[in-house]
Amino acid sequence: MGTCRSLGAGAALAEARSGARGCTMVLSAADQAAVRALWRKLDTNVGVYTTEALERTFVAFPSTKTYFAHLDLRPGSAQVKAHGQKVADALTLAVNHLDDLPRALSALSDLHAHKLQVNPVNFKLLGHCLLVTLARHYPGDFSPALQASLDKFLSHVIWALASSYR
Amino acid sequence: MSLTRAERNIIVSMWGKIAAQADAIGTETLERLFASYPQTTTYFPHFDLHPGSAHLRSHGSKVVSAVGDAVKNIDDIASALSKLGELHAYILRVDPVNFKLLAHCLLVTVASHFPADFTADAHAAWDKFLSVVSSVLTEKYR
Repeated sequence: MGTCRSLGAGAALAEARSGARGCTMVLSAADQAAVRALWRKLDTNVGVYTTEALERTFVAFPSTKTYFAHLDLRPGSAQVKAHGQKVADALTLAVNHLDDLPRALSALSDLHAHKLQVNPVNFKLLGHCLLVTLARHYPGDFSPALQASLDKFLSHVIWALASSYR
Repeated sequence: MSLTRAERNIIVSMWGKIAAQADAIGTETLERLFASYPQTTTYFPHFDLHPGSAHLRSHGSKVVSAVGDAVKNIDDIASALSKLGELHAYILRVDPVNFKLLAHCLLVTVASHFPADFTADAHAAWDKFLSVVSSVLTEKYR
C-alpha cells in the first residue's frame, strides 16, 4: 500500500508522476531550478511574504485561527510576524533539500502530526495564500509556469509534512 | 453561506477594473489553470491550449463574462447563473473540485494585476464570492 496519501490535486498529480512503485516524489530538474531561482530573488524577504500569507489565511479562512488561540492575530501583530519567519525558515530549509524533503522535514512533520495536530487541509490554504501573495509582489514575473513549479514544490512540502500523521 | 453587505461592496467596486481587462484576465486564468493542474485539460480536448491561443482567449472571455453576470446580480446569483448551472450539471459535468482550482487561479491572476487593491479583506471577499458561484454551478448535479 505504501505511504503516499492524497491531499488534493497537487499531491495526487505528484504521485501520478512518480510512478506506481513506492513514493519517491522528487521535483523535476526544471521545477527545482525555478524554485531555487525564485528563492534567490526573494532573498531575506521570505519572512515578509510568509507573514502576509498567514494574515491572508486568517482573514480568508477564519477556521485556521483555531490553531493560534495563544497568539495575538490582529493585523501587524509581532507574534504573527515571528510565526511567519518560522514558516519562512522551514520553507527555505525545504528549498535547500529538494532532493530529500521527507528526511529534511521529518522533525517538523512529527511536530505537526503528534503535537500540533493541524489538519493537513490547512496547509493547502496557506499554500494558496502564499501564491496569491507572491503574485501581488511580483506581478510581471509570476508566470503560469513559475506558479506551476511553486505549486508542485508546495505540494511536495505538504506531503512530507503530513507523512507522519498515520 | 451568503455575502455580507461589506463583501458585496468590495466585489462590485473592484469589478470595473477587472472587467476593463476581462480578456487578458480570462486568458491568463486559464493558462495558469492548465499549467498548474494539467488534469483540467481533460475537458478541452477540442481546444488549442497553447498560451495566447484564440480558443483560450475566447473561453477566458466567456468565463470572466459569467463571473461578471454574477457580480451584476450579486443579490441573486442563483437565478443569474441558473442556465449555466444546468449546462455544467447535465452536459459538461465538470467535476466540482475543478471549480476550486479555477477560482484559485483567478485569484492569483487578479492579485497579480491589482496588487494594491487585492488586500486581505478583498481576497477573502472574492474567495467567498467564487465559492458561492461554484456552488450555484454544481447545485443541480444531483
